[in-house]
Amino acid sequence: MTAAAIIASAGAESCHPWPRHILTPTDWAAMAAFLVADPSLALVGLWADTTHVHALFLTEAEDLPLLASVPVEAGAYTALSPARPGAAWFERLIHDLWGHAATGGMDARPWLDHGLWPHSAPLSPRPVPPPAMAEPPDFLPPTEDGLFQLPIGPIIGCIDDAWHLRLTLRGETVERAEARLGYTHKGTLALMRGKPPRTAARFVARLGAEATVAHSLAFALATEAALAVAAPPRAATLRRMMGELERITVHLGDLALLGDAAGAPGVAATCGEQRELLARELEIAFGHRLMMDCVVPGGVAADVGPEGMRAVRRGVGRVVTALPGLRRLLESSACLTRLVGLGRVDRQMVHAFAAGGVAGRASGRRFDARQLRDERSVTAPIDTTGDAAARCRLQLVEIESSLRLLGRLLDTLPDGGTSVALPMLSGEGIGCAESARGDVWHWLRLDHGQIAAAFPRDPGWALWPLAEWAMQGAALEDVPAIQRSFGLTASGADL
Amino acid sequence: MIDPRRFWRRHAADPGPTPDAETTQSLAARLDSASQQRLGRSLAICHVNAGSCGGCELELRALTGVLYDLERYGLRFVDSPRHADVLVTTGPLTRTLRTALEQAWDATPDPKWVVAVGDCAVDGGVFKGSYAVLAGTGSVVPVDLTISGCPPTPARLLAGLRALLEANAR
Repeated sequence: MTAAAIIASAGAESCHPWPRHILTPTDWAAMAAFLVADPSLALVGLWADTTHVHALFLTEAEDLPLLASVPVEAGAYTALSPARPGAAWFERLIHDLWGHAATGGMDARPWLDHGLWPHSAPLSPRPVPPPAMAEPPDFLPPTEDGLFQLPIGPIIGCIDDAWHLRLTLRGETVERAEARLGYTHKGTLALMRGKPPRTAARFVARLGAEATVAHSLAFALATEAALAVAAPPRAATLRRMMGELERITVHLGDLALLGDAAGAPGVAATCGEQRELLARELEIAFGHRLMMDCVVPGGVAADVGPEGMRAVRRGVGRVVTALPGLRRLLESSACLTRLVGLGRVDRQMVHAFAAGGVAGRASGRRFDARQLRDERSVTAPIDTTGDAAARCRLQLVEIESSLRLLGRLLDTLPDGGTSVALPMLSGEGIGCAESARGDVWHWLRLDHGQIAAAFPRDPGWALWPLAEWAMQGAALEDVPAIQRSFGLTASGADL
Repeated sequence: MIDPRRFWRRHAADPGPTPDAETTQSLAARLDSASQQRLGRSLAICHVNAGSCGGCELELRALTGVLYDLERYGLRFVDSPRHADVLVTTGPLTRTLRTALEQAWDATPDPKWVVAVGDCAVDGGVFKGSYAVLAGTGSVVPVDLTISGCPPTPARLLAGLRALLEANAR
């Protein structure tokens, strides 16, 4: 018996396109026990609604999503964190938002809730008053005497997200890095509840600006799967184009920051300039520099005219022209050399946290959410070195492959409508998209055209714990470069 | 062995002349009138994230790039509120970041300005009414300038910041 077999043998709910299996608490506990010695299932996400806890797995052999749910009995469910370290943050999230406790969990400290909301467990049917006194965030105790603690954040100083990183230092070496998020929690899930998908899409687009197209796309796919509608072919191609354009801009922005952190101002200036020039063309083409609110459930918000298409071609052409110079610059400057060996994560860690995107592929995990959908032809390049230099090289390779894909899409853009109406029906769906930082998943349940429950899984859930591991043993001065090489953002995981 | 006496030896240079009092005074008067005009055109900006989605940060970061080159106007980003003249805030101000914003504001030396960047920072934006957010930067600290947009374009940001610079130099 394997964990996957237990899930598959349980009865299924109609969630589209992949069924959701409802396990009894006994079966769930058995599955959790089997997971410990069974590396074939990667835990992508763990979330809840008022009555159930849901887990999203991915079979590592075939990259097939597997959904499992368990009813919450007496406010508790069996924890998955003893088997999957990545589950610990999700369990803390579930406790903070829905009030369900994880029995046998590895970490019971609060996560998103810093004790400052008007009520605890805001998404549960009966939110309770908050604790009388807000307690300061609770960090792991030092392991021995003589170590220093360096707190960074939540106001970082440089233009960045709000997060807190607690570094335990032995001299100049990082003994342990512990991240604390939740500072940018905006209550997105509560805002989405009870709204029609088109209205809720505005919140989804603002989960994380550097994955706004990916989040919007995954959400739109989940909605369309739940309602059994499909976006028109022209909208589908425009969405794919936007996804690739977002990947290029985000990678260029990340390379600029990485160049800055690695002491290569030339790389930073070139990448920043290319990113900005592309963003200007995107504003002409799609009406928004980041393409926020451009992908909506049912299609795209607006068609792109001939002037817009010329702008996209111009933007793509400019990056194509600049790329050889950028590659030379990266290789001739000290940038790549400086990054070799920094923030190394091995294949095992990447699997344990189900990290996707450049971070996953630089350590040999091949998963690319685009291959799950319509783009079987996309071959994501992989590396096995797993250090910051490998991630940096892969970003450049991905820009190239996105440019090639865009060239094909621009030549084969079909004519026709760009949006379909959404019926006011009930249903459940799940969708995924590949952002520049990794796979984005959206699950939602609709009740007569309104959102009854939803959950977005941002790549940050995997990248932050991975970065914590990668910083262990690093020199303090390398921490910014390691952090930039993962492209860490807080907002998407903070909800 | 170094001879220790060389450390006590008198410096060989002649003592300098005392500056002419009259010249000093007239120069000081001229500098006073010109310094606000010339040296007042410089502001140090510290960014405070109050729960943003990251969009406003992308556009603020673009300002520091080669195409906008913020520093040619005398505007520069600094790492700490203690070094800042201007606090640029983004995000709807989550309840969790309220103390951080208040502390940053307290740490900024007077005279100081607060610029609320983006629709969220102006009044909470799309997140208005959520249990986790307050209604923008203005609900906790006094705001001098708002730059709306979701997110505002770099050009718009630059226009707003330059207006602040002009007003400051006057």
